[in-house]
Amino acid sequence: MFESTSHEHNLLARASLDQCVKCTICETQCPVMAVTPAFSGPKFVGPQAERYRHGESVDHSLDYCSSCGTCTLVCPQGVKIAELNSVARAAMKKDHMPLRDQLISRTIMMGAVMRPVAPIANAVLANGAARWMIEKVVGVHRKAAMPTAHTRTFASWWKKHTPAQSATAGKVVFFHGCAGQYFEVETSIKAVEVLEHLGYEVVVPPQGCCGLPLQSNGIFDTARGYVKTLAERLNIADDVPIITAAGSCAGMLKHEAHEIMGVDDPAVLRVGGRTREISEFLLDLADRGKLPLDFSPINLEVVYHVPCQVKGQGMGKPALELLRLIPGLTVVDSDATCCGIAGTYGLKKEKYDVGQAVGKPLFDKVRDVNPKLAVCDTETCRWQIAAATGAKVVHPVWLLHQAYGLS
Amino acid sequence: MKRLQTDVVVIGGGSTGIGVLRDCAMRGYRTILLDRADLAQGTSGRFHGLLHSGGRYVVSDPESATECASENAILTRIQPEAVERTGGLFVVTDKDDPQFGDRFLAGAAVTGVPAEEITVAQALAREPRLNPAIQRAFAVQDGTVDGWQIAWTATASARQYGGQALTYHEVTQVHHDGSQVTGVTATDLKTGETVSIDCHFVLNCAGPWAGRITHMAGLPPVAVVPGRGIMVAMSHRLVNTVINRCIYPADGDIIVPIHTVCVIGTTDHKVTDPDHLEIPRQEVQQMLDAGEDLIPGFRQARAVHAWAGARPLIKDDRVAASDTRHMSRGMAVIDHSTRDGVHGMLTIGGGKLTTYRLMAEHIVDAMEEQLGTPHPCRTAEEICPGNEAGHNYLITHRLKQREADRMESPIICECELVNRSMLVQLLTEQPQASFDDLRRQLRIGMGPCQGGFCTSRVAGIAHEQQVIDEARATGLLKLFLEHRWIGLWPILNGDQVRQTALDNWIMEGTLDIAHLPSPDDVEPDPLAPMSPDPRTTDPTSTTSPSPDPTANPEVSSRSTTTTNRRARGTRAASKETK
Repeated sequence: MFESTSHEHNLLARASLDQCVKCTICETQCPVMAVTPAFSGPKFVGPQAERYRHGESVDHSLDYCSSCGTCTLVCPQGVKIAELNSVARAAMKKDHMPLRDQLISRTIMMGAVMRPVAPIANAVLANGAARWMIEKVVGVHRKAAMPTAHTRTFASWWKKHTPAQSATAGKVVFFHGCAGQYFEVETSIKAVEVLEHLGYEVVVPPQGCCGLPLQSNGIFDTARGYVKTLAERLNIADDVPIITAAGSCAGMLKHEAHEIMGVDDPAVLRVGGRTREISEFLLDLADRGKLPLDFSPINLEVVYHVPCQVKGQGMGKPALELLRLIPGLTVVDSDATCCGIAGTYGLKKEKYDVGQAVGKPLFDKVRDVNPKLAVCDTETCRWQIAAATGAKVVHPVWLLHQAYGLS
Repeated sequence: MKRLQTDVVVIGGGSTGIGVLRDCAMRGYRTILLDRADLAQGTSGRFHGLLHSGGRYVVSDPESATECASENAILTRIQPEAVERTGGLFVVTDKDDPQFGDRFLAGAAVTGVPAEEITVAQALAREPRLNPAIQRAFAVQDGTVDGWQIAWTATASARQYGGQALTYHEVTQVHHDGSQVTGVTATDLKTGETVSIDCHFVLNCAGPWAGRITHMAGLPPVAVVPGRGIMVAMSHRLVNTVINRCIYPADGDIIVPIHTVCVIGTTDHKVTDPDHLEIPRQEVQQMLDAGEDLIPGFRQARAVHAWAGARPLIKDDRVAASDTRHMSRGMAVIDHSTRDGVHGMLTIGGGKLTTYRLMAEHIVDAMEEQLGTPHPCRTAEEICPGNEAGHNYLITHRLKQREADRMESPIICECELVNRSMLVQLLTEQPQASFDDLRRQLRIGMGPCQGGFCTSRVAGIAHEQQVIDEARATGLLKLFLEHRWIGLWPILNGDQVRQTALDNWIMEGTLDIAHLPSPDDVEPDPLAPMSPDPRTTDPTSTTSPSPDPTANPEVSSRSTTTTNRRARGTRAASKETK
């Protein structure tokens, strides 16, 4: 059913292992290795173990890697450590992919199933007995953060939406992502309203899942199909930027499809080169003096946490710089490596405790600085931080939306 | 002085000598093997690790091809742990004559070497990094073989039959009374003790050093003409199948995936002194260019080590044609009774690791013919100790083992996945071992970091286990790194420069290794100034690196007639048995 990876997809990452000098910097930064001995660490499962692989991954403990990508980011030699590990994991799981990993990787299916019965779904997910059953049967930890279902989708809002002003600044494609369609509808709406406020004509072509959850669970073949289809739909014209508030999905289009799954599809490469996370896009405008800075003050102190998959895009922390342009707002960098969810990792019953331990420094900081509100770019990280701290956790665009007087 | 009695003394602990030790012991002879260094530390430890399918010889040397095919199957059965069944490909590159492929297939059919033409697409699917411009491809049953494991398990088998292998025992005299060999005198290099052995037969299996042994015996000179070949190991397997260039045997015509590395080889240059083998930079460049023809991007991959081995070629005009009747084409036996009137001594030249067992069978047959006591050879039937499970080596083995014991024992050598308990066990068994001795058995220091991270751990653990004192620990540490450096200098380029710089900062900057205590006599070693005459020292010479991925002789093997053709300077002939 899941043919998954074959060895040749690994060539790019495999070649990079030659650059490892065993300096161990990746191990000093790995959030998982710091909290559990179950994981042998990025240097071991990446460049070292790869020398012993030939289409087969016998070191099953590599599955404790959360795929946060911190190792690749910090490697001073350019070794594609996380990518090596993702490919190895896909090879390992190809013949016995757990049902749980198949289910939680299909965000659209979850969203579509839950939406019509949103109150029931939310009640079920809030019910301890039901969650106990789900843990036993499916393997999703009873305490793991789950999205809240909504009866309204972004598409249903968009269908009735008319821009408040006429476009003056050109066209942009908005890529909402699965969560932005079903679970994080408000974030998508605010992103579109901010872009329209800045004068952009926002285009929303029909779109599907980028395949990221499948990829991180090692279901490569299906994920490759998803990302190619998505890219074709988003690729409406060569000069139109693609803006998204789904930070991790942006990473999939920008580099992960190519670097982890070996996708060389021209549409994917073209779309990847034009995709911008919304904060990245707006900060670029600000840098060029084109972003209106007529912000109303927001007198708050909040923690901002940059997700691993946003860091992995190699663009620094644009949201942090952008939010600091808002008067009155004190933005405290979380300085935490990872929140511990890493997509779907922290949901899994055998990984839940690891994920919580990984996220603990971040959770503590949120509780210390502002236990009511925190800011983070990606949805699963927001759910994780919210579940652990009780804080409301929002995408940075929420604060921009407010500062522009749109809410 | 220690005095021993035995029937047969074998001089030289390479694959040939060890095969002979095992065969003699199994036929009931009391046999002692002597080597001035460790087992398989010379030529048998310095090849690229190919277990021939015979494909290399189907056109140039049909008899060797047939022998390789049958010995390949035998070694895979009797020493399975030392063998990986990688399979091999012969590929015709865009620079080669596609017609040679027809001669190759015809030769394979005649010699009984299994070979099958596959499509270029099939070859590329199997090995995605292969040059997409290849014109033809043939699948054969090449494998890879660890020469050290061959040596140890064959020695263990010999020991079960009473055979003894005395390593670090340097032969100083071979005694005869003018017509009959009477004994051998040796020095135990680890203790300095003299060992005198009475025997009535000496089998001179010293390979490139065989001429020194006959000289010691006071016999007319045997002209040994060592053929130097260099090899370069790349830091990981660029291919998982042996890749041969489908041409008449030549330089740089093979890439062998052995253990965690892949090795390109080799060259062939006549040298005078097998203790001093250069690794010329232009030959390294030649190998990298040859690799580029087979695998585009080969030059950008990381080379981790280079080394040179000496083919044990013997050129001897005094050998009568009748002396060769027991020989396969791949070797030469000099019978000193017919040649020099001294009974009880044979000198063996040539050979290749794939056919080491068959060579030994021929040599012991020749000895028994002189003694008049024939016994059947059983070395092809009996499985060597430690191989009873019958599993061939797989690249995943060590990773699987460490996955199982990773919580119990920390990893000491990160590149080659050696853990602490493996090290402590070997140190307990062999407290006198140098770090190079440990390396050949565990592969410590043979990966990309070339000892930069593991060597100080090994020294620390050996000291902590009270196996060695501080001075010996630091002395062995320095010696090991000096040996690694021999194989690093010729390939220092690209990614390996960064590693070497980091290693050097660790060793020089944090350990100040140059000023650590180090006794002069830390180890019998030619690098130390204790032996002014290189001819009396250890074969891990100053200019040849310590052997790498495995052992053995791609080597040599030349019959007298082949050698003579080579002497006439025929390029093709000089490559014939590569």
